[in-house]
Formats: sequence, structure tokens, C-alpha cells
Amino acid sequence: MAIVNLQNVTYKYPLTDSPALQNINLQVDEGEFVAIIGPNGAGKSTLCYTLAGFVPHFFKGELTGTVEVAGNESSQSTLHEWVLNVGLAFQNPFNQISGAKYTVFEELAFGLENIGVPRDEMRARVEGALELTGISDLADRSPYSLSGGQQQRVALASILVMQPKVLVLDEPTSQMDPIGTREVFGVIRKMAGQGMTVILVEHKVEWIAQFADRVIALKDGQILLDGSPPEVLTSPILEGSGFGISRYTSVARRAQELGLWKKDRLPVTLDEAVEGFSLALTLRHSLWSQRGALPSPTGGGEQPS
Amino acid sequence: MNIEIRDLHFTYPAGVQALHGISLNIASGEQVAIIGQNGAGKTTLVKHLNGLLPPTRGQVLVGDWDTTKHSVAKLAARVGYVFQNPDEQLFSKNVGVEVAFGPRNLGFTGEQVHSLVKDALAMTELSDKTETNPYDLSPTWRKMVALASVIAMDTPIVIFDEPTTGQDVMNITRIAHVIKALRERGKTVMTITHDIDFCAENFERVIAMAQGKVLLDGKTNHVLGQDEILATTYVEPPQLTRLGKRLGFKDVVRNQEEFLAALKK
Repeated sequence: MAIVNLQNVTYKYPLTDSPALQNINLQVDEGEFVAIIGPNGAGKSTLCYTLAGFVPHFFKGELTGTVEVAGNESSQSTLHEWVLNVGLAFQNPFNQISGAKYTVFEELAFGLENIGVPRDEMRARVEGALELTGISDLADRSPYSLSGGQQQRVALASILVMQPKVLVLDEPTSQMDPIGTREVFGVIRKMAGQGMTVILVEHKVEWIAQFADRVIALKDGQILLDGSPPEVLTSPILEGSGFGISRYTSVARRAQELGLWKKDRLPVTLDEAVEGFSLALTLRHSLWSQRGALPSPTGGGEQPS
Repeated sequence: MNIEIRDLHFTYPAGVQALHGISLNIASGEQVAIIGQNGAGKTTLVKHLNGLLPPTRGQVLVGDWDTTKHSVAKLAARVGYVFQNPDEQLFSKNVGVEVAFGPRNLGFTGEQVHSLVKDALAMTELSDKTETNPYDLSPTWRKMVALASVIAMDTPIVIFDEPTTGQDVMNITRIAHVIKALRERGKTVMTITHDIDFCAENFERVIAMAQGKVLLDGKTNHVLGQDEILATTYVEPPQLTRLGKRLGFKDVVRNQEEFLAALKK
């Protein structure tokens, strides 16, 4: 069942001439993990703000169409009601940290205090969120003394602790090292597995391909493509229009032009690329064998592990 | 202008030991990427080059200058530093004034400032945005303003801290062009990055750091091929390097050209 339902949503920021979002129609099912890709200026962050109720409640401007989450309509709800259903982790964690708390532990409790969660439950939930995001060791540090990647974990934890039905994440790993990124994607996937709906803006295509259920390509405020990760991420429509494309897809497309990629579909992940290129190498190997030539020792039929 | 770092140690006032004996030589005109996990000491290291941090022990030489013997203002003529977050360094009412601020403070003449600004704006594709307030620009273009305002200072050494963070493909390509243009002018460039594919495609030398030490330092293919050592500092080799390895390629490959060449062998 769709928990998020956007119908004909068009939005213009105050004092601007052109809309940041144009006629967006989007339904997301409960527990679905949807990734949003697009060049800078496509409207990705605006879409996050719209889902989180910041548009129109905070940014004002002109919103038409309907934004529904869990059966409530945003224009008919207060922000206070809205935050119980939707949590947003900002693109820049520095803008999200309250500035009112001295430690990471207190920072995570801030949202819970504001919605009146009992003290014991608050402690348990904060400890759970710290552990889930791998920052238990930072509990007593000041949020401002942390590195960018650590602050992003705090930003994510302070939203997870609220246990929203819909989790909206705007480039949550942009300042993280690759292994930190993998861990965070693992956490997000796990939350989706437990029924939390996840909407994630992300440039890191390789991770989206591995973890997301569905990908939406946004450009100039409009939905350009909406489908499964392989379908969307290998679409030729993304070429040359500022979308991130996995190196595996680009190199296979070049190889295809050179006759070195034999499969119909282009790869998005490492495993798909290994499989496809191994096939091409094996085919060539057998061709050589037929001709009676020796295959190159490196180009032989190395199987994917 | 050479950079020489001799047995550099640094401990933050709160007691965190961030650097444990770093020794490096970077020759004039070299372009180096610094990689490694969050908290490895990458930013702490580069902040020693323009004197923002003084060594607890050891020595940092920028050309013939010991960084502890010259003020940050003086060092600014030798080392330009582009912050990770552009919002931490932009403050002027329009892009032209912002970009002119640096060279004006370094004592260039009006004419020189004009030409440096024009050149930096052209390199960063901002020539049509001179009159715009930086905060009316998208974060992507603000990043380019931050780059331009440092490039206009015409320092022999330029440092970029995470230039590609949060940038889309088009802007990452623009930033790669800027780095290439600086290479052609003989500038020394040091870039901290988590974007390992960007690192592989744009740098000839890579330094991997972990826990305040240099873990690996050498030619890009050599460093990025050491996947087991890189894993200890939370770095995975670039996508095509990993693919080449899985396919059993003999040589380490780091970009499309090298990958396709190895595939054809």
C-alpha cells in the first residue's frame, strides 16, 4: 500500500519565476527503498523538503497538488503532526545539529524530548540509535567537535531515533569514507527491511544499484525515469545529461561499441560487470582455441568468484 | 615550490594525537591526492602547510620558509587553501568582489588583480556570474566561487579539501578541468578526497593515510592496487581497478583507457 502519495505536485519558491518541482506524481509503498538521482539543481532537495513538510510550512512559496503521507495531507497538517511520520536528514549535517546540546547523546534525545517521550524509553532509544549507526563511542563528545563523516552519522541517528514511518535522506554519506558509506547503506537497508519507508537522494550510483528497490531520475524538477535500478541506471537517457553513471556501465558501453561486451544488458554492479566481461573473455578464448592459437595467460576464462 | 615535511607530530589542545611522525617531500608542480578514512589526519596535515596549525614536533618547509617563522597572512601568498564547505569562506556581496579579495590582500596592483580575477573566473566557468551574490548561486556554483577565490591568489601551491563532495558529474568534470589547468601552469596541487574514482582519474601520485601516519605513498596505480592495505584505512580501490583484479588482469588498471587496453590483450 502506498504510504507516500504525491499527486500533480508543482512548487515555486518565493520570489522565483520557474517552479523547482513540476507536476510530480509519485507513489511509494510501505517498506520500499527508493533512490532519487539527478544533476545539481534538478529539484532533489526540494522534493525532500516537500516530503518532510518544510515545503510549504517553512519555505512558504506556492504549492499546488497534494502531498499525502500515511493518509494525512501536508497542507492540512501542522509541522508538529508531520514530524511524527516523516524524518529528514539534511544534506549538510552542520545545518541540522540543534546547537542547543553539549553531547551527541543529548543531541539524539532532543527530538524525543520535544515529542514528550518518557525518560527511560528515551535513554533506550538513544542507545539503540547510537549502536545502530556505529557511534556509541562518540556519545559524550560535542557534536561540533566531530568530523564531517561523524556528524553525518549523528544526523542520521538523530532521525532514526524518532522512528519515523518515512525516512528521507538527502545525500547522507557525502562526507563519509567508502567503508563508512557501505555501513550506512547497510543500516538503511535494514531499516527498510523492518518496514520503514526510505527515500534517499544520492550520487553514489554503485551503492544505489546494490541496495535500492527502485530509482527515480529527476531533472529540471520533473521525473524523467522511474523503475528498477538496472532499468534506470543503464538507460541511455542518462548519458551526457549530468547524471552519475557507474564506471561499470560506462566502460561496458564503450566495450560494446568495440565488440567486447556480448550481453544485451549493461552492468551496474561489480558482479554484473565481472560476469559480462568474463563471458566476453571466454568467448574470445574459445575462438582462439578453435583457431589453434594459444590464449593469453591473463585474458583467459577467469571465473567470477 | 617544494614542500618538505619532516617528522611532523601534532596533538590537538584537547589531547587528541592527530599526526604521528609524517615525513614527505612534494616537488614543485606535483599533483598529489591524499586519501584515507575519516579521522586519519588528512585535514590536520594540510592545515600545517599554510600555518593554520603549528607542529607539536617536527618541521614543515614551504619552499625555504619554515611555517612557524612566517605568519598565516604571509604564507597565504605561497599556499592557497580551498575549504571543504564553501560557506565557510565566502562573504562578499558579489562573485567579482569575492574573487578579488584574495589577490587584493596579497598586494597585487589593480591591473594585476583585474587580470587574475578574470582568469580565475574563466577557469571556473563563472565569467557570466561576476555580479551575482554568491549566496544566490546553487551550492554547486558556490563551490566554484570558492575555487576561483583561491586560484585568483596565484599561489604556487593550491590545496583542495574534498572538492567533489556533494557535486554532480558535470561539476566534478569542471573541477577536474581546473586541476588540469593548474598542472599546465606548473602549480603544486594537493587534494584530499574520498572519491577514489576521481583520485584515480586525475592524479599521478597518491598518499594514503591512516591514524595519523602515511600508510602508502607512490604512483597512483601502485597505491590503488594494494587493496588489502587500503582496506585498513577504509578505502576501496576504484571501480575499474576492482573489476580488472576480479577479471585476473596482470596489471593494475585505473581508468577506462587502461581497462579497455588490458581487455584487448
